[in-house]
Amino acid sequence: MSLLRVEGLSKSFASGGGLWGGGRRRVQAVRDVGFAIEKGETLAIVGESGSGKSTTARMVMRLIEPDAGRIELLGEDITHLKGRGLRQRRRHMQMVFQDPYASLNPRMRIEHTVGEGLRVHAPELNRRARRERVAQVLEMCGMPASAMDRYPHQFSGGQRQRIGIARALAVEPDLLVLDEPVSALDVSVQAQILNLLAELQREKGLAYLFISHDLSVVRQVADRVAVMFAGRIVETGPIEAVYARPRHPYTRALLDARPAEHPSRRGRGGERLLADEGVAETGCAFRLRCPHAQADCAGFDGRLVAAEAGEASRAAACLHPL
Amino acid sequence: MLEIEHLSLAVPSREGALPAVSDVSLSVARGRVLGLVGESGCGKSLTAQTVLRLGEYQGIERTGGTVRVDGEDVFAMDEPALRRLRGGRVSMVFQEPMTALNPVFSIGDQITEVIRLHLDVSDAQAKARAASLLASVGLSEPERLMRQYPGELSGGMRQRVLIAMAMSGEPDYIIADEPTTALDVSVQARIMDLLRALQREKGLGMLLVTHDFGLVAELADEVAVMYAGQIVESGPVEDIFDHPAHPYTRALMACRPEVAEPGRPLPAIPGQVPAPGRWPEGCRFAPRCAHAGSACERPVPERAWTSPNGSGHWACCVRVEELS
Ligand SMILES: Nc1ncnc2c1ncn2[C@@H]1O[C@H](COP(=O)(O)OP(=O)(O)OP(=O)(O)O)[C@@H](O)[C@H]1O
Ligand SMILES: Nc1ncnc2c1ncn2[C@@H]1O[C@H](COP(=O)(O)OP(=O)(O)OP(=O)(O)O)[C@@H](O)[C@H]1O
Ligand SMILES: [Mg+2]
Ligand SMILES: [Mg+2]
Repeated sequence: MSLLRVEGLSKSFASGGGLWGGGRRRVQAVRDVGFAIEKGETLAIVGESGSGKSTTARMVMRLIEPDAGRIELLGEDITHLKGRGLRQRRRHMQMVFQDPYASLNPRMRIEHTVGEGLRVHAPELNRRARRERVAQVLEMCGMPASAMDRYPHQFSGGQRQRIGIARALAVEPDLLVLDEPVSALDVSVQAQILNLLAELQREKGLAYLFISHDLSVVRQVADRVAVMFAGRIVETGPIEAVYARPRHPYTRALLDARPAEHPSRRGRGGERLLADEGVAETGCAFRLRCPHAQADCAGFDGRLVAAEAGEASRAAACLHPL
Repeated sequence: MLEIEHLSLAVPSREGALPAVSDVSLSVARGRVLGLVGESGCGKSLTAQTVLRLGEYQGIERTGGTVRVDGEDVFAMDEPALRRLRGGRVSMVFQEPMTALNPVFSIGDQITEVIRLHLDVSDAQAKARAASLLASVGLSEPERLMRQYPGELSGGMRQRVLIAMAMSGEPDYIIADEPTTALDVSVQARIMDLLRALQREKGLGMLLVTHDFGLVAELADEVAVMYAGQIVESGPVEDIFDHPAHPYTRALMACRPEVAEPGRPLPAIPGQVPAPGRWPEGCRFAPRCAHAGSACERPVPERAWTSPNGSGHWACCVRVEELS
């Protein structure tokens, strides 16, 4: 039994119409997304801005309602759970956000921010026991217990992200959903946070759904990866296999777009593959940008197809995989 | 030449003014790109914005040194001369493409306003120039775009509009402060290519402020590494990547996930950048340095080490020879 299993998740939003309204249309933010996460493993979701990563995360967390699909936590369907039932299940999954500045309440002392979940999930704890637990998770995240009595503005970005992680860990979840947890941090603080996440995973057997657009970061943390484009998963598989031999041209393009590691390799980014910002409305959504597109791509239904034998657990949504 | 000479700055605090940048000298020649790198809070933006004297409006005090643009002392300029300088000979691209654009004015209004501020042209000429600038940064249908508002554009499109605006006064120098940090990889790659093309084509001098070594590898000719208000290492970009000398530079480069071994802990730098006014007496990096010794407790001369290869590569560390 997987820790988390989602199937056929879809979500559309009303959007557009400019400043003065009118001309509103629906944006299909996520289409038919499915994946599973086992205990103790990390699944990364990568993709460009607007590809539907956060929307997927928020549906998993039941922060927004899916239009269709199913979310199973520890074998139990939680797609339509509400109220007390949902609150109880939330103990198993917690979220960490991108912006360490916006995600902490500036008027709340750290003790309350980190201990918030405990009030809901462990009402039996008295104030002293709660403080002890807060001190413990702060220390686990590399912060002094004295941080408890201070306010968010007294901390740096990296420290705030540690506090955000401590808040998520306070209720001892099985799964952390991390939405771009290191994107706002500089490279050295990013390294500290990534190491902290790895250590916590080893010690607590936590599972992560890790969202990022940085492929180098993803390679550091993930066991498996799902690449999203225009609301769909277009490729999925074990991280090293996907890096070594991407099957979907979009995955290749994303890998090529990474900045150079050395000045001698500059200017080799994915300019050609990614030159156009277009997304096709019908058929394969990537075909307008794809160097390998052929006539039949216009009729493709976007479904993930398992790769050939011997490559179990790999799949790509492409009629002409690389 | 854009020259920062022995610049020292102090920031306001409850305890009074605290030194935040000390004795920084940098220069950017036309046609060259200088990458200014360092962790968050090192003083990169403070230094960069002083070129246009933008710190004055935030209570930042210049305690020493000056800035020259083509030999002219920026601190000797009066307000009208400064206004002509800003967005004229020197323009700036910031990190936040949303906050740098005014949400209630159309793209067209904002860009033609900048053009008219710096060039003596009619309304129609300004509009035509705006359209051609937007096209030159890779935006399609510029006429339609000019009727749109910032909120209707993606992050990548907004950053292109800002770059077009920065180009509108026909600058000789451009200061880009984290120009791609808020963007995703694919958009980042395109903005890097755009900046490189514009810089080459127009022979611009660029001061590129970033904590991303990938961006430096893509664009910079020279690199200056900043730590705790000080330049600790400087040199040609290949030298810095091939033979980083200062332990800080080496540590920063080593913790990049793109060069790390997957699945192993990253060689993170312990601790954090000391805040203004909290700098140690001797080498400022010593408390976090894996190689610090007793020699590091005394103040270190700026160019304690210079490269024997004559490339102008130097580092503010007394132990470079011993460590290499
Ligand atoms: N509340 C909303 N109302 C309208 N449209 C929305 C809403 N939330 C998301 N969208 C749209 O859905 C699409 C997917 O957005 P989402 O935030 O999931 O992307 P993302 O992959 O997380 O991107 P980013 O990397 O920029 O965070 C986008 O087109 C976005 O504009
Ligand atoms: N207006 C201000 N008032 C008080 N302190 C300031 C002000 N501006 C900057 N500082 C402080 O000066 C130091 C250097 O800030 P600066 O913005 O130059 O850093 P940076 O190197 O650009 O970092 P980042 O990568 O986070 O942008 C920081 O400790 C910052 O808090
Ligand atoms: Mg998102
Ligand atoms: Mg800055």
